[in-house]
Amino acid sequence: MSKRLFVKGNEAAAMGAVEAGCRYYFGYPITPQSDIPEYLSRELPPLNGEFIQAESEIGAINMLLGASATGVRAMTSSSSPGISLKQEGISYMAGAELPGVIINISRSGPGLGGIDASQSDYFQCVKGGGHGGYHIPVLAPNSVQEMYDLTMHAFDLADLYRTPVMLLGDSVIGQMKEALIPNPRPVRELPAKGWAVRGKSGAEQRVVKSLFLGDGELEAHNWHLHAKYQVMKEKECMSEEYETADARLIVAGFGSVSRIAHTAVTMARAEGMKVGLFRPVTLFPFPEQALAQTAARAGKVLVVELNTGQMVEDVRLSVGAAAQVSFYGRPPGAGSLPSPEELLEVIRKNYDETAR
Amino acid sequence: MQQVFKRPQSLKDVQTHFCPGCHHGTIHRLVADAMDLYGVQDRTIGVASVGCSVFLYGYFDIDVVEAPHGRAPAVATGVKRARPDSFVFTYQGDGDLAAIGTAEIIHAANRGEDITVVFVNNTTYGMTGGQMAPTTLVGQKTSTSPYGRDKSKDGSPIKMAELMAQLGGVAYSARVAVDSPKHVLEAKKVMREAFGYQAQGKGFSFVEVLSACPTNWGMNPLKANARIGEEMIPYFPLGVFKKEEA
Ligand SMILES: Cc1ncc(C[n+]2csc(CCOP(=O)(O)OP(=O)(O)O)c2C)c(N)n1
Ligand code: SF4
Repeated sequence: MSKRLFVKGNEAAAMGAVEAGCRYYFGYPITPQSDIPEYLSRELPPLNGEFIQAESEIGAINMLLGASATGVRAMTSSSSPGISLKQEGISYMAGAELPGVIINISRSGPGLGGIDASQSDYFQCVKGGGHGGYHIPVLAPNSVQEMYDLTMHAFDLADLYRTPVMLLGDSVIGQMKEALIPNPRPVRELPAKGWAVRGKSGAEQRVVKSLFLGDGELEAHNWHLHAKYQVMKEKECMSEEYETADARLIVAGFGSVSRIAHTAVTMARAEGMKVGLFRPVTLFPFPEQALAQTAARAGKVLVVELNTGQMVEDVRLSVGAAAQVSFYGRPPGAGSLPSPEELLEVIRKNYDETAR
Repeated sequence: MQQVFKRPQSLKDVQTHFCPGCHHGTIHRLVADAMDLYGVQDRTIGVASVGCSVFLYGYFDIDVVEAPHGRAPAVATGVKRARPDSFVFTYQGDGDLAAIGTAEIIHAANRGEDITVVFVNNTTYGMTGGQMAPTTLVGQKTSTSPYGRDKSKDGSPIKMAELMAQLGGVAYSARVAVDSPKHVLEAKKVMREAFGYQAQGKGFSFVEVLSACPTNWGMNPLKANARIGEEMIPYFPLGVFKKEEA
């Protein structure tokens, strides 16, 4: 029987990493994610693992690149400005097809910005971020339990597809404490890492690289990566729905804001409005088909984000002409988190418009 | 008949793509020789940098990871920490190591990572067409210092081997040149010594190699070779700057 713990989201992610077999962590302090390196600096050495506080986020992501290239499970974490610095390394890892987990407990920007809950890095995380037109799976937990479970899932996805995987949270998800049941890691069949560098030991030379200069080589590599993204779109989309079956209005939101929206939807239902919630759990691949079906049934989608409108673009692409899409956003900053009542008011407005 | 000279086992039998008179090939040979000496080919993981040397894996018959520009010491840190039983070296140019990668080299050295760094100093950015490097000599003309490097504006050429010697984590730091048979023999000895530090788990070792880039210096190979002795060595003195006792 599993025990029930009361922990912070950040700690839950670090615990999930350890459960997933991650023994190498490289990072650099930044609020609001520093509990992750703090936890792992304490927990990894007794497990014969390594914690290294790098000289910068650039150093950290490249240490991750090196460790991952040897085939071990390894991780880094940071927050928005640090993720900007890591983008170079993430692009190289995507190009060289190296697994690795990157946790981004994002803050509010641009620039130094603030440390408040924010979703203003959606584009940066979901649309590549670094150079070269790659994608990486992006998972958006909305609870402490999911910080744990999805971190384990991230390691499996990384090994399955030979890709960096990002877990995207914010200070609400990272800093809040709630119940966690530390489930054991799901057993999933994963491919052997025959590509990893270990020293030849008499075998064929192995090279981990992203430079392809031969005729047609780079184009072929990019088609190969593209094909991989198509498989992810087919197989790895995750989303959650609440009260959507008979809904006339779907509220769509991910991560922290989806919890506020959940409360607002419950309040709207109490007032007799047929409102439901759609929450993408994977932001890449975006759960296009599930959303399109639900949205087409309802006819109208209200996208709620802690920014001025980013995920709403993917929602529009997903639903096309099948549903009307409106947007409500609160760009980040101290005191800008919408209350359930505020969202309820927005729901009323959008719902009434539908009814007319 | 006794064979007295042959290709090191760690090197592949391939044609070079380096320019005529370039010293990268000579330096590759010295590295391979040191690898052979300690019998580490099978457990070596090379970290390739960005610059003319990036095609390391085309020459060395070893496992290789390619690093982003300047980040080889961080990549090597990850490799070595994850696989402490492997033998890890980086091979970096002056633009790579002394410009964009300054933070990575200083901190990997300061942590005393058990790796070996081969630093090829040709006082210019070779691959991108001969721009000014942190090691470009004062007065030297390059494609981005057309009036010659100006100390008051561009600063002084960085002496990396001396800088490395100051750091607590460094076990061995030396500068060699490969412009003459005598210097090549000395360089061979130093390379072996540096690799020996890691082979025996004694910590971070650093070898700076003064090297020619005839193409971007606008010189024929002989003149380029001569420039090393005439202009570079007087500013970048050869020698061992740090050698921790075992
Ligand atoms: C982030 C980044 N900036 C710039 C470049 C372009 N670049 C490629 S090689 C190089 C210079 C390499 O010079 P050096 O390290 O001295 O090596 P050499 O070619 O002389 O052997 C530069 C600037 C790059 N690849 N990546
Ligand atoms: S450009 Fe310079 S460093 Fe590069 S191969 Fe040619 S001579 Fe060597």
